[in-house]
Amino acid sequence: MSDARTDKPGTAAEDTVWVEKVALIDQIPRSILMLSVFVVFVFLWHIATVFNLVSSIVLPTPAETFKDMLFVGKNLLTGDYMLPALWITSKEVIYGFALAIMIGFSLGVLVGETAFGERAIMPYLVALDTMPKVAFAPLFIAWLGFGIESKVALAAFIATFPIVVGTAAGLHAADENSRMLFKTMGASRMQTLIKMKLPMGLPQIFTGLKIGAVGVMAGAITAEFLGGGKGFGELIRVAASQLNTPRVFSLILYLSLLGLGLYAMVSYAQRKIVFWQRETVGGRGDG
Amino acid sequence: MNTPAATLHQPDPHQTPVYELTHVSKTYARNKVIALSDVSLTLNKGSFSSVIGSSGCGKSTLLKIMAGLIPPSKGRVVLQDKPVTGTRRDIGMMFQQATLFPWRTTIENIVLPIEIRDGRAAAEKAKEKARDLLDIVGLKGFEDVYPNELSGGMAQRASICRMLITEPAVLLLDEPFSALDELSRDMMNMELQRICREQNATAFLVTHSIQEAVILSDHVYVMKPRPGRLAEVVTVDLPRPRTLDMMTTPKFGKIVDYIRSLLDKGEEM
Repeated sequence: MSDARTDKPGTAAEDTVWVEKVALIDQIPRSILMLSVFVVFVFLWHIATVFNLVSSIVLPTPAETFKDMLFVGKNLLTGDYMLPALWITSKEVIYGFALAIMIGFSLGVLVGETAFGERAIMPYLVALDTMPKVAFAPLFIAWLGFGIESKVALAAFIATFPIVVGTAAGLHAADENSRMLFKTMGASRMQTLIKMKLPMGLPQIFTGLKIGAVGVMAGAITAEFLGGGKGFGELIRVAASQLNTPRVFSLILYLSLLGLGLYAMVSYAQRKIVFWQRETVGGRGDG
Repeated sequence: MNTPAATLHQPDPHQTPVYELTHVSKTYARNKVIALSDVSLTLNKGSFSSVIGSSGCGKSTLLKIMAGLIPPSKGRVVLQDKPVTGTRRDIGMMFQQATLFPWRTTIENIVLPIEIRDGRAAAEKAKEKARDLLDIVGLKGFEDVYPNELSGGMAQRASICRMLITEPAVLLLDEPFSALDELSRDMMNMELQRICREQNATAFLVTHSIQEAVILSDHVYVMKPRPGRLAEVVTVDLPRPRTLDMMTTPKFGKIVDYIRSLLDKGEEM
């Protein structure tokens, strides 16, 4: 064994009788696989449009879309009229998310930590959560007007629920031994919450935040569709009404970058704050 | 056989009792189960006692009462001349799992009891002592390592330090090494003995292993279920310090066999 170790790798390989087989798909780098899926997708899209399988009004060609993406990108970079629109939508998303975090976290602690919250408030939250929340958009617009406020409200409204559920579930994550240990140390309820239950629940809380980050985008754009304003959603709505489908496509793509950015920020915060979770997540593969 | 424990080993004049339970019973009101019936025991300063019995014999109820986690229905529970009416600083406890918190470094985990009771500043001061304890359990140099990087045995060593940091008068050990593999368990038991002797600690161990109970203890309390009660106190008069070699001696074997026979009788009932 120790002799084999000192040998050159080449000779060691010759000695190996049982070679571990690696599936072909595992030998290809992930980036190549992803790229090939993208190429196939664009190719099929190209075929569908070039041979007029789909009307060009419904589906623009990849080339048209790409050209329009360059246009929108240039518009954004030079600070033309689309940049303020993106800024407005970004503000709605950020304010909405911040509001959702504040409300969702507070409610989550109330529901997860107190018997009153769990028994008296949780049923209402569950009932509200089952409702189609975008249906509240006209209400928010009627209450708060066509400005940014109604968009922030709907965005926050949608994102709050997963954060409440994540926080409440997180507070229940502490195992019996940890609770008993804190009891034997004479910890107060506040100390138990802050020094044990909250940190232990952080993985679930972040799961709630990630789901909320997706919801907040949906809320902001839905409210813009229904309530006008000067955001990115309005640009999409106008382009769609003009049957400018390439523009719709490219605007959606840029919008998804905003959503991706928000999600990436939450993920980054999770990696930094819940640093101890990294190994276990890597082990079972992040879902 | 049903003689109360207190009469079985006479109070020794040069031994000071630390923990005393007199006629302690526990009935769970909800389902009227008698978990513990008339248990009396005395732990002397520096002694090591174990309690052994099949599951459902009231071991964990007994331990929870001794830890101040639940009140008894009847009886007196007195630690260092003061009745136990809740969890206390002078009670140290250790569980089957190390229960270290992964967001705290090893040393931060160890000073946690101080941080909870006396605040951050006191915890900072206690780090010096924590380092000495880490040295004692053989974890020198692991102060700033996170628990994820510790092995099961190392984590339990760290949790021993956390238990000792408040200088408790009694150590309550709830199957502390049963989650470890057998080799580590034997080694940790010897370590535990050494640490207890160095600190002159009074220890009370709950275990499923007769061998473990006998090799560590001065007295083994044998419990029987339904209702949970003390059946007999077996005195282990093997010399100290105990070594793993003693487990092969006929005397050790005899004591183990005797306790097993007591437990088997309990099963038939």
